[in-house]
Amino acid sequence: MIDKRLPSAREAVADVPDGASVMIGGFGEAGSPVELIHALIDQGASNLTVISNNTGSGEVGLAALLKERRVTKVICSFPKTLNSTVFPELYREGFTELELVPQGTLAERIRAGGAGIDAFYTPTGAGTPLAEGKEVREFNGRPCLLEHGLTADYALIKGRLADHHGNVLYNKTARNFAPVMATAGRVTVVQAAAVLDPGAIDPETVVTPGIFVDRVVEIPGPAHESELIAAGVSYP
Amino acid sequence: MTIESSTIGWTREEMARRLAGDIGNGSYVNLGIGIPELVARFVPEGRTFIYHTENGLLGMGPSPEDGSGDHELINAGKRHVTANDGAAYFHHADSFAMIRGGHLDLSVLGAMQVAANGDLANWSTGRPDAIPAVGGAMDLVAGVKKVYVMTQHCTKNGEPKLVERCTYPLTGQGVVDRVYTDLAVIDVTPDGFRIVELGPGVDFETVQRRTGTVLIPAGERKGT
Repeated sequence: MIDKRLPSAREAVADVPDGASVMIGGFGEAGSPVELIHALIDQGASNLTVISNNTGSGEVGLAALLKERRVTKVICSFPKTLNSTVFPELYREGFTELELVPQGTLAERIRAGGAGIDAFYTPTGAGTPLAEGKEVREFNGRPCLLEHGLTADYALIKGRLADHHGNVLYNKTARNFAPVMATAGRVTVVQAAAVLDPGAIDPETVVTPGIFVDRVVEIPGPAHESELIAAGVSYP
Repeated sequence: MTIESSTIGWTREEMARRLAGDIGNGSYVNLGIGIPELVARFVPEGRTFIYHTENGLLGMGPSPEDGSGDHELINAGKRHVTANDGAAYFHHADSFAMIRGGHLDLSVLGAMQVAANGDLANWSTGRPDAIPAVGGAMDLVAGVKKVYVMTQHCTKNGEPKLVERCTYPLTGQGVVDRVYTDLAVIDVTPDGFRIVELGPGVDFETVQRRTGTVLIPAGERKGT
């Protein structure tokens, strides 16, 4: 019998060591696994490298993890969002390093990493400052950059529905990076609003097959960043 | 440089309407954050455009009118939106396969500078204290079939945005097809910027005076 469920977010991230690389799903607040991130804050791991499209808002979720000075490097495409004040301070102070990656290249690097592709050439970014230090090769008459696949020690993602095997369905645009991150995390942790028995999810509708998922935690009624911020919450 | 009266030319809404008129029925379109979003309000009678938002939705509809909204149904600007009948959700790698793979017909973007050779700068001033953020702009200009820029002709300080060569960090090289400003519609051609249409009350000399490179008048070819 396969059962990837763990009883709590705390147990799901208990073994994340200092210095780990962690992919965190979400585009803005949509799909951000807030409860898993808060559990990671409580757990205490530091010197983390975080791979995520943004850097969080307010002082909850990913922004709170940054504010606690746990993250020394972020790999992301857009570290500026409404109410995003934590990262700019850490960046200017020199505490948190930034590797800026075009959004599609970020998604494809993660996809490639999870698919066993070590590197690929893409036209995105050729001739721009983000091409610095990258190998350039011409294909079909246009310059392309060599980009490397990305994997991570952990991937923390949020689904709407999961089952004991780790099959996952998402909610609307909260899907974003989660399916590719699930493939690229050596340990992929899913928080889902409901976790069902095997067989309850129609196999035709599964978005992330369970082979990519290691741990599943049921978090009914997950928090949304904007609601926490509106309520004046600052985590922890 | 003096800031001239802005009573001539098109309003932002008129720019959006003018641009929307150039989009073919059934086109798949990505509208950048900000001023390009206005285009969605001016779909010509009898045409349907399918809007793509890079965070994973084709068939994006307008923001909910009553202020209700779903935190997990947003656009690239992180605003609440709706999904039209026939919409589809997908993950980020598929979304950028649509972009980079040339499946989208049109990308409309804002600009800080556009050069006569089609270079675009729209993501960073390059100032050392700025937090660099690129998002999906470099992927859009690298992959989408046509790239239209929609922007005021000059900056708030009256500096030309249409220039001989960009001084800000590039988003892409030779990627812009056409520019819609408050003063004119301008094509990027192998010979440089060529006027397609002047805005109401705008003459060629006025546009030329507010442009940082030589313009080719409508219908003329350079050197002929």
